[in-house]
Amino acid sequence: MANMAQAIRMALHYAEENLGVTDIFGEDVGAPLGGVFTAIQGLKTAWNTPLDERGIIGMAMGLAMGGARPVAEIQFCDYIYNTIDLLKLAGNTCWASIGQWNLPMVVMTPVGSGIRGSLYHSHSFDATATHIPGWKIVMPSNPLDAYGLMISACREKNPVMYLKPKALLRIKGEAPIPGEPGDDKQLSKMIDAPLGDRSKWRAQWPDLTAYAVPIGKARIARPGGQLTVVSYGRTLPLCVKAAETTGLDAEVIDLRSLWPYDWECIKESVKKTGRVLYVNEDTEVTNFGEHLVRRTVDELFYELMAPPRLLAGKFVPGIGLADALEMASVPQLGDISEAMQKLAAEAP
Amino acid sequence: MAPRERKLKAVPAGPLVTHSDELPLDKKLLLQMHELMVKTRVLEERLIAMYKSGHGYFWIGGPGEEAFNVPLGLLIKKGRGPAFDFLHFHYRQSGTLLAMGEDPINSLRQMKNTATDPYSGGRNFAGHFSKRDWNIVPVSSPIEVQYAMAPGTALVQKRHGGDGITIVTGGDAGTAEGDFASCLIWSSRPGNELPVLIIVTNNRWGISTSYNTQQSAARLSDRGVAFQMRTKTIDGNDPISAYLELKEAMEYVRTERKPYLVEANVSRLFGHSSASGANYVKEEVDCITQFEERLEEQGLLSKKDAQAVREKWNEQIADMARAVKDEPQPDPATIFDHTFASEET
Repeated sequence: MANMAQAIRMALHYAEENLGVTDIFGEDVGAPLGGVFTAIQGLKTAWNTPLDERGIIGMAMGLAMGGARPVAEIQFCDYIYNTIDLLKLAGNTCWASIGQWNLPMVVMTPVGSGIRGSLYHSHSFDATATHIPGWKIVMPSNPLDAYGLMISACREKNPVMYLKPKALLRIKGEAPIPGEPGDDKQLSKMIDAPLGDRSKWRAQWPDLTAYAVPIGKARIARPGGQLTVVSYGRTLPLCVKAAETTGLDAEVIDLRSLWPYDWECIKESVKKTGRVLYVNEDTEVTNFGEHLVRRTVDELFYELMAPPRLLAGKFVPGIGLADALEMASVPQLGDISEAMQKLAAEAP
Repeated sequence: MAPRERKLKAVPAGPLVTHSDELPLDKKLLLQMHELMVKTRVLEERLIAMYKSGHGYFWIGGPGEEAFNVPLGLLIKKGRGPAFDFLHFHYRQSGTLLAMGEDPINSLRQMKNTATDPYSGGRNFAGHFSKRDWNIVPVSSPIEVQYAMAPGTALVQKRHGGDGITIVTGGDAGTAEGDFASCLIWSSRPGNELPVLIIVTNNRWGISTSYNTQQSAARLSDRGVAFQMRTKTIDGNDPISAYLELKEAMEYVRTERKPYLVEANVSRLFGHSSASGANYVKEEVDCITQFEERLEEQGLLSKKDAQAVREKWNEQIADMARAVKDEPQPDPATIFDHTFASEET
């Protein structure tokens, strides 16, 4: 099965061939590197930019205004912070112009911990991104969703922030991308750039199809009736594993889209279980999960058997490099298992 | 007239036009520019009056820049899509819109934040234009962001072919922001030069802070020289000079498909905005007074004619302001509208 980086690459190839994507650009995304995580290798519209994040976002906005369909990359979300007012502008352009101008553009950026990236390669961006209205925000947790969400993002008429959980980019999926060959080695030979001289290398793309994951639609990753766990990105597979190892009958929801998000899916599950744990790894103060907790209290209070809980990253200025520091800063399997067990056992 | 610009790359050109007795443009165009300059000034004065009498919350605009903004508007290739000019303006550009043929009543609507404001539906400040049919992208209050976006539309135009160009305007204070440097860099990538006319109107102020106390460049246009870009600094208070210099720069960008940086020295006649009082500043050159004197010297316009033009627009724009008073405010139920473009947009 393809890994997430290969899945994103295949979706971008499909999009430049079939969905009108004109430009895939950012720092080191063009030949020869194809992105620091290789997710852009071999794409015909990929090009390298100056090392200028504001220039990258501005270029994407201008291209979209001009009628092109850009996919821009910020190499790590840790470096997107100096573009916040441009992201805000992209988010308000349609609103401020009462619908005259819309920006069909995708910004993708690797997020989160998991590679021992220390202070400036471990940030999350979901809490900040969800503070910027006018964007659609997605974050896959497996290769098939990564493919399908990118297809949807490239069909959008609005700005889409595509958050790539860097810890999962090398993880192979459990379900094939429609069209990928069954043999992983064959796929690698077809679409992974070789080491050494790549000047004559061209990707041999499989015959792909437009498998799309609708933006705004969650997925029940594991059905259950005892408690609900809502997560996305790196922590999602940990939540599934925690459910399996604790033996709890937990229903795990992969949110996939943070804006708009699938409240109906959460609501139906919480009405069934009466208990909900939100899990993500961004810092816990003014965290997106806090919004979900608030809405749960507002709308589902009388359905609840226990207070809604949030397990998120510690509110610290950075993630330390040492293994023990990173592990202590963002939720790990043990933390999630413990939080689920406590919530399952909580009684008035 | 001075000779045409030297053909050397990266060498700032001398002025195309010097003051001389002979006016190098025909009478019809001169009088057209004069009337548009007066019309723009009258509009701005009316907007200020609306603000001061409680018919608007904030005023910002471009009185003092008419001699530059009007010729710019007359030279723009107006239309929608990459075959036409893309316009990334800042908030002092009313003269350009009027020269392009825009109805001044729409500025009054935006000042009054009515639902009928075609630029923002009562959502944004005066002077924050947006008009997709003319490629005018939404003007926003940050003073620099337009410089970051301009290379994007220019790249589309370079690929499209033809002679459509991107024009971006901003003030001298905004050039201190990194987006101005981004524009210079992204417009001049080796082998990927873009058709952008990069304009800085230098009024030597950022709200209350003097340019001289913050930036040491004698000429802002010199910043383009490092990027192998054609540059020039022009007299933006003289509409004849501005017309000829802009025409020459635009022709270069349209045909060579490469960037050009123009710095236009202008006046700021009513301060930064209503936040600084919006009162007439007598110490700076008034481009309209200066132009009228010159036209009168040449026997092209009498004081009486000039007064008649002003009275005509005073009357018409006052009538428009009265009409706008009765137009509806936005419905509060619409606050979420257009957060996202619908599939039908």
